Amino acid sequence: MAAHPVEIDNTWERPGERAPLVTGGHTFASLTDTVCAVWEAPRPPRAWYIAFTISVALLAVFGAMIGYLIINGVGVWGLNNPTGWGFDITNFVFWVGIGHAGTLISAILFLFRQKWRTSINRFAEAMTIFAVMCAGVFPAIHVGRVWLVYWLAPYPNQMAMWPQFKSPLLWDVFAVSTYATVSLLFWYVGMIPDLATFRDRARTRLKRIIYGLLALGWTGSSRHWHRFERAYLILAALATPLVLSVHSVVSFDFAVSQLPGWHATIFPPYFVAGAIFGGFAMVVTLAVPARALFGLRDLITLRHLENMCKIILLTGLIVGYAYAMEFFIAWYSGNPFESFIFRSRALGPYAWAYWTMIACNVLAPQLFWFKRIRTSQLAMFLVVMAINVGMWFERFVIIVTSLSQDFLPSSWDYYRPTAVELLTLAGSFGLFFTLFLLFCRYLPMVAMAEVKTVMPHADPHAHPHAHVPATRRFDYNPDEFDQEPPA
Amino acid sequence: MSHAAPAAPPSVPAAAPRTVALLAEFDSPGALLTAAELVRDAGFRRWDTHTPFPVHGIDQAMGIRRTRLPWIVFAAGLFGCTAGLVLQWFTNATSAADAPGLWTIFQGYNYVISEKPALSLPAFVPVIFELTILCAALAAVIGMLAMNDLPRHPHPLLALPRFRRVTSDRFYLVVDADDPQFDPVRTRAFLRQLPHAVAVEDVPEDRSSAALPRGLVIAITILVALALLPPLLVARARLSKTTEPRIHLIQDMDNQERFKTQQAGPFADRRASRPPIPGTIARGDLAGDAHLLTGRLGNDWAATFPASLAIDLPFVQRGRERYGVFCAPCHGYGGAGDGIVSQRALRLNTEGWVQPTSLLDQTVRDRPVGHIFNTITNGIRSMPPYGDQIPPADRWAIVAYIRALQRSQNARLEDIPPHVQADLR
Repeated sequence: MAAHPVEIDNTWERPGERAPLVTGGHTFASLTDTVCAVWEAPRPPRAWYIAFTISVALLAVFGAMIGYLIINGVGVWGLNNPTGWGFDITNFVFWVGIGHAGTLISAILFLFRQKWRTSINRFAEAMTIFAVMCAGVFPAIHVGRVWLVYWLAPYPNQMAMWPQFKSPLLWDVFAVSTYATVSLLFWYVGMIPDLATFRDRARTRLKRIIYGLLALGWTGSSRHWHRFERAYLILAALATPLVLSVHSVVSFDFAVSQLPGWHATIFPPYFVAGAIFGGFAMVVTLAVPARALFGLRDLITLRHLENMCKIILLTGLIVGYAYAMEFFIAWYSGNPFESFIFRSRALGPYAWAYWTMIACNVLAPQLFWFKRIRTSQLAMFLVVMAINVGMWFERFVIIVTSLSQDFLPSSWDYYRPTAVELLTLAGSFGLFFTLFLLFCRYLPMVAMAEVKTVMPHADPHAHPHAHVPATRRFDYNPDEFDQEPPA
Repeated sequence: MSHAAPAAPPSVPAAAPRTVALLAEFDSPGALLTAAELVRDAGFRRWDTHTPFPVHGIDQAMGIRRTRLPWIVFAAGLFGCTAGLVLQWFTNATSAADAPGLWTIFQGYNYVISEKPALSLPAFVPVIFELTILCAALAAVIGMLAMNDLPRHPHPLLALPRFRRVTSDRFYLVVDADDPQFDPVRTRAFLRQLPHAVAVEDVPEDRSSAALPRGLVIAITILVALALLPPLLVARARLSKTTEPRIHLIQDMDNQERFKTQQAGPFADRRASRPPIPGTIARGDLAGDAHLLTGRLGNDWAATFPASLAIDLPFVQRGRERYGVFCAPCHGYGGAGDGIVSQRALRLNTEGWVQPTSLLDQTVRDRPVGHIFNTITNGIRSMPPYGDQIPPADRWAIVAYIRALQRSQNARLEDIPPHVQADLR
């Protein structure tokens, strides 16, 4: 694991030459060593322990807050009439949105043949799984009678009751469950060859058994690789419309209602772009420290980070456009309720949240027009932290401003979160980071098999021992091989 | 190998394991491709290559045919699509009436929501879409694993130390001993002359046990047993009868400490309900002025106004104002029964509408004032009671105004004051 005092800059573009995606002159063996070093080290780095302690503490807070909520009821939150949804659904949409970037990197960038995705797709998919787990907690605990949440599933029962399939809340159940399942399958299947690497390098019997079981007996057979690659392509092609549909269905929770500010057809593409935007911000938030901490600078290079910043800039512009379009339509439609709610967002009781959102989501990413910012790790880390905050506030603004000032002015009320809600939000980060740190320590963080395919050594026509195609059919005469040649 | 000196008894363990395959190792994908083409062209059928990553061009070099996995995925997707449609149609667009013989637990529940269609394909699309993707993805993964014959744990290659680099940086070509062209000497010589082969080795049979480690088996058994407990408990509860009350875990406020009516209680008279305190008056029981409150004198309708009310001009004007609020919509401002409500109902041909009584009729003129007061208080025929809306004094004021209306339509010239008579002539 070589320490690089100076970052290798592979962000140049020269005609006729391709910038290397793996720097540092790695061979297949050294690449395997680098990635496995994270797992093989007798102890993880000290920073891992510190981060893990904090995460577990937050996770304990999460558990405590949820227990307190279930025992005492939803009254411990600050929800009121008319603001029936507050931090709970904001957190749900926030976490689901973060998960989408992982699937985009895995599936959509795969379909677009973006080779640079291979270094980051494994931990981005892990981020998706853990984000969806965090997200799934919130709809479950916000229902009030959490022990009856199984009523959301269509199972035959003695009440002859079935869920209301025409409700977006139920579409959500199916969409998020399907998304969690398919992401998990995609992540695990992609990991099988790398788990086999761990199995082959395991030094203790317990590790050999565990990783051997997880690797399912993978031998790297080309016949198996053929079907594996087809299955991977099919999963990528399925996951792409899935990720678009999931956040569209989440946006339907709002768009299918009648509230001014919610009832807008722009919501599905706006939410999907916002999810990718926020998710990539979280990927960069994780990638910048992880590559330094775990010695992955040669795999997750400046070029990878710069590409991610460019995608963040693009999706940030889409989100900014959506904000502007909402305002335009609110005015152009002539609907007094719609234009009121948008004026209220910018100038009303939650203006502080609105302008935080604008500053973080519209202004901050504009810094990525400058290459110096895109290639500076500290600058990009600050910008993406702002975006994480801004994306949370975007969901908060959408949900709470429209609800707190709904149809009847006599019903209006200001929503204030309680300490329980704030601690629950913080605790969800504990769940996320605990799982992510465990993943870093015990599972292959980088898709070694995929990264190897984008190295120059993987090209059969590269030196040494370039592939010499058979120019004529080789006539095999067994008698020519009667004896063993001299040893 | 040196020979052992004394002969061993026949029960000694068997000889060295037989060779199940021959393996050639390469250090670059290009060399592997070249070798694969040579082996393919030599006519070998039972052979394979093993690589740390999928090598570009290996499918053609080995002659691997395209897999049928996509068709399996497509079929599963179709199944998911149909399942989503049938599930939603059956559960949300049918009801018990459509399938009377079906068990209750399977009967549909048709949500009736303001004329919205029960079978609403646009609303059903999201769940259909998700189930399609779910079934297709499961088929892709399970199909791929099944077609690859995975999981497969005991494998002769995995037991070979040299093979450990397959997941790191080496490329292997393996020819099975079952191949029709296989010959231990000739095939080995053939492999050794493949360009750039780093090593050629025998792959011995793997005699290790295929069983899981015992600790793991015990752990899995315990977990399965624990997982079966809840369904078994549920089944026991569903299939048995008991006189015990239900297990009620989440109490909420369901069972409260309280006394029910007529139950014995803690008070001195051993009752839980308390009698009303002395001086309590029941509703409507107020011993007030019956003339004022009910319009009756003894058993007859009162023919005079109550003595406590002063029947003067302000009183009648109050009656006129109240009449305009409560009575004019049906009975009309003139009392002829032609109020706007009645006109509209007649124009709409409202079923069952009877025109309100004209208050100017002789029948009503002949009625005592107490009778009219009672009509306002309690209603009559289709007229609703107004006693809750109008206080008693105002009701008497309306009665006074009705008398004035009746007088106005039934007067002679002599009843009008002289100074107004002059205007009418």
